[in-house]
Amino acid sequence: MSGDAGSGHVAAPGGAAARPELEEAARRADSRRGLLIALPAWFYLTLFFVIPLGIVGVYSFATRSSTGRTVLSDWNFDSYRRLWDSLVVEIAVRTLLLALATTLICLVLAYPLAYFMATRRPAVRNLLLILVMIPFWSNFLVRTYAWKVLLGSDGPLSQLSQALGGEPIRLLFTNTAVIIGLVYGFLPFMVLPLYTALERMDWSLVEAARDLYADGWTAFRKVTWPLSIPGVVAGSILVFIPTLGAYVTPAILGGAKTTLAGDYIVSQFLAARNQPFGSALSMGMMLIMLAATIVYFRWFRPSGRDL
Amino acid sequence: MTAAVALQGVSKAFGEVYAVRDLDLAIRDGEFFSLLGPSGCGKTTTLRMIAGFEFPTQGSLQIHGVELALQPPNERPVNTVFQSYALFPHMTVEENVGFGLRMKKVGGTEIAERVKKALDMVQLSHRATASPKQLSGGQQQRVALARALVNEPEVLLLDEPLGALDLKLRQAMQTELKDLQTRVGITFIYVTHDQGEALTMSDRIGVMHEGRLLQVGTPQEIYERPTSRFVAGFIGEINLLFATVVDHASVRLAGGRLVAAATGVAAGSEVTVALRPERLELYGLGEVVPATLNAVRGRVTRRVYFGDVFFYDVDTTDGVIEVKEENRPGVDLHEIGEEAVVAWDPVATTVVER
Amino acid sequence: MSVVTGVRPKSPAERLLAGNAWLVFAFFYAPIVVLVVFSFNANENVGIWTEPSLRWYREVFRDEAVMGALRNSLIVAAISTTVATILGTMAALALERFRFRGQRVYDGLLYLPIIIPEVTMAVMLLLFFAQGFQWLDSAIGWSPTFGIGTISLSHIAFNISFVTVVVRARLGQLDPRLEEAAADLYATRWQAFRRVTLPLILPGVAGGALLALTLSLDDVVITNFVAGPGSTTLPVYVFGLVRRGVTPLINAVSVIMLAASMVLVAVSFGFQRGSHGRVPNSTTEDG
Repeated sequence: MSGDAGSGHVAAPGGAAARPELEEAARRADSRRGLLIALPAWFYLTLFFVIPLGIVGVYSFATRSSTGRTVLSDWNFDSYRRLWDSLVVEIAVRTLLLALATTLICLVLAYPLAYFMATRRPAVRNLLLILVMIPFWSNFLVRTYAWKVLLGSDGPLSQLSQALGGEPIRLLFTNTAVIIGLVYGFLPFMVLPLYTALERMDWSLVEAARDLYADGWTAFRKVTWPLSIPGVVAGSILVFIPTLGAYVTPAILGGAKTTLAGDYIVSQFLAARNQPFGSALSMGMMLIMLAATIVYFRWFRPSGRDL
Repeated sequence: MTAAVALQGVSKAFGEVYAVRDLDLAIRDGEFFSLLGPSGCGKTTTLRMIAGFEFPTQGSLQIHGVELALQPPNERPVNTVFQSYALFPHMTVEENVGFGLRMKKVGGTEIAERVKKALDMVQLSHRATASPKQLSGGQQQRVALARALVNEPEVLLLDEPLGALDLKLRQAMQTELKDLQTRVGITFIYVTHDQGEALTMSDRIGVMHEGRLLQVGTPQEIYERPTSRFVAGFIGEINLLFATVVDHASVRLAGGRLVAAATGVAAGSEVTVALRPERLELYGLGEVVPATLNAVRGRVTRRVYFGDVFFYDVDTTDGVIEVKEENRPGVDLHEIGEEAVVAWDPVATTVVER
Repeated sequence: MSVVTGVRPKSPAERLLAGNAWLVFAFFYAPIVVLVVFSFNANENVGIWTEPSLRWYREVFRDEAVMGALRNSLIVAAISTTVATILGTMAALALERFRFRGQRVYDGLLYLPIIIPEVTMAVMLLLFFAQGFQWLDSAIGWSPTFGIGTISLSHIAFNISFVTVVVRARLGQLDPRLEEAAADLYATRWQAFRRVTLPLILPGVAGGALLALTLSLDDVVITNFVAGPGSTTLPVYVFGLVRRGVTPLINAVSVIMLAASMVLVAVSFGFQRGSHGRVPNSTTEDG
């Protein structure tokens, strides 16, 4: 045995061979540490999220006594059966349509804006981004309230239209007002993903299309639009799903004629005192939202890349 | 003498895939050892196992005789220079360099002294209070070096440290690194995919491919006496021709030509003959080829001018052979289409597996 | 991508785009501007402008209900932000730096509060506390009431997830080689965390904390459900007022709340400017 030229082979004595079990032990110790660090949040969320969720589930099968208290026996499906009542269906459909309308309007308004922003110089782009973010970060309640001021029949818009010889505006407490309020609140959620998608796009592809004789509109249709679809999908989810559960905006800008799902659920707990029914409604809404999220993710983002 | 680093039967599997298989390697004290190979060959994984960022699935790893295969990296007497330098961005150069000493609870004044010496060694004392992002790539790399060396490790590991630098800078740093190692005397283990780097800097090279160590030797041994087809082909330019072994001193090339070669393999085995282009000479048809040389006839099909050399492609019945000839008076030029003879000293014939 | 500006004449499509952009920005800011302007309106009737005045702002500070609600808001925000930031940061670390069984479930669990509708969460917590108080009462004869405690606990419940998302993003940007380098230089797991990881994720932690603070200060629906008499927060109080009508007092309160959010945004931007330890791309090359 020589220790010199060749492959440097060394004699065997000494040196315990490593066993996979020891590597396992090291990994297990590490995993225990990780679990320990994860524990507080896990415990907290189990107590204050999972259990409450369970309670809602349980309550949805309970009965409402004549005095409005919840009786935790006599388990039944009554509350769920009521979900098919015409009133509930009407509210559900109205909410869905409203959410769809809001999403579409947001898309129509946001896309050209995002396109514009993405095609400016970097310095301008950042400035515009900040300008979009500022309303986004400011208080939601206040922004919705601002529209109440604007749309009131004595409000500035009304005064403007009267000054121009027209009628005072009577938009408050209508569906239109709610849509305006929702679009206003959620527009940034549509702009930002769209902007990100367009900004990250490889614009030399558009140039290549132009080079191959496509005119501006065709280049957009065949190159830009398809490539921006992930952004469209992301923005749509970010608007559609929260809008389904909107409560504050319809409460401020809407009226009794325009009850939406959120308000209906709240009234079961505060006014009508029908907790089982309210719970069933909540579970229903949650399931619809979960289903919508899954559908979106399966259909449009099978690759599972992050937004 | 105990090897600085000794790996025995080391394998590393990630799930089903083996990144490193049955590695046996002994690295000598004070040597500049390079691990060379293409991306994915396992050289970086091997380095990381020595550093402690990965544990071997099997095998033993000793540093100066101490078994360390499963020790965490902070308990090993080795330090690493990372490819991306990994300087702590929220600390100054001094703080970076002194980090390891602080972790080992060395006294304050001693830290200051040793940091100063380390920075002097890499000529960056004037930037001691700068933050890493204010430094150029070359400077950051030197800080990374100082940060590792200040701890006086038994072995220094370098993971393609010059990869991010441009050519001129890289060449300058290669010289600096080699000088540094000679001065400091610590064992350097250097990972690279650049064969030029490995050849110029190393005392010995270990060539790896697909997780296995194929050959270990001095740069000369690796270049002139490759023991496998892959090593022959990986370093420098080479001609690889199919052949069959006739006896212990000759092989038959694909076209039928018999040439002299030292074979160690049984007659009838299929082998590859490896020939360095610069060891071949091109003779015109009218010239006399010395009888001691191996000779193959062919036609020149290409000539490429490279400033200091000419490359010729010669089409022969045994395959296309590339010949490299110096561009100076005294060496004849050959034209395309010319009939010529490729000749070489049998000693320059290397036989490797098919 | 580079776009030539001002060198060639604008096509009609470009004019339309720019026009649309202006319109949308006007849409964004008009209500806010109107609100701010009219908050300085001396007239009681909101729609009709008479003269500028700070009258309503003075009223705000004299109004006990508003001040009380503000105090509650701040207390709840302070508690929930602190607890949520600590728990959320720990959760982020557990997810990004360790491997343990049930990690995927943990990951999903942390996302639920973000995707669940606010109304459902409000309902959940209301029932939970109500039921919980009943059980406590029958078990040990004492039951707490709805108030600052329940509000804080509820805010923490949704804030943890948001903090986790932000801190995780920051951890993801961190070059993993840095922690390896620390270990290579003899740091124990804890030392590496304290000296390398923590300082470098601090901007992320601060960002998460600010987000939690903002969400807590803004929350209406959930707080509405779990607040008790006498423990209302500012947004809930304003919400109540707003439903009844538009008054100049609300205008002034709103503008103050707006200004506060903008300050928070500016501060959070300031934090994000100082970002160390991003994964390196190219470095300057000269000696």
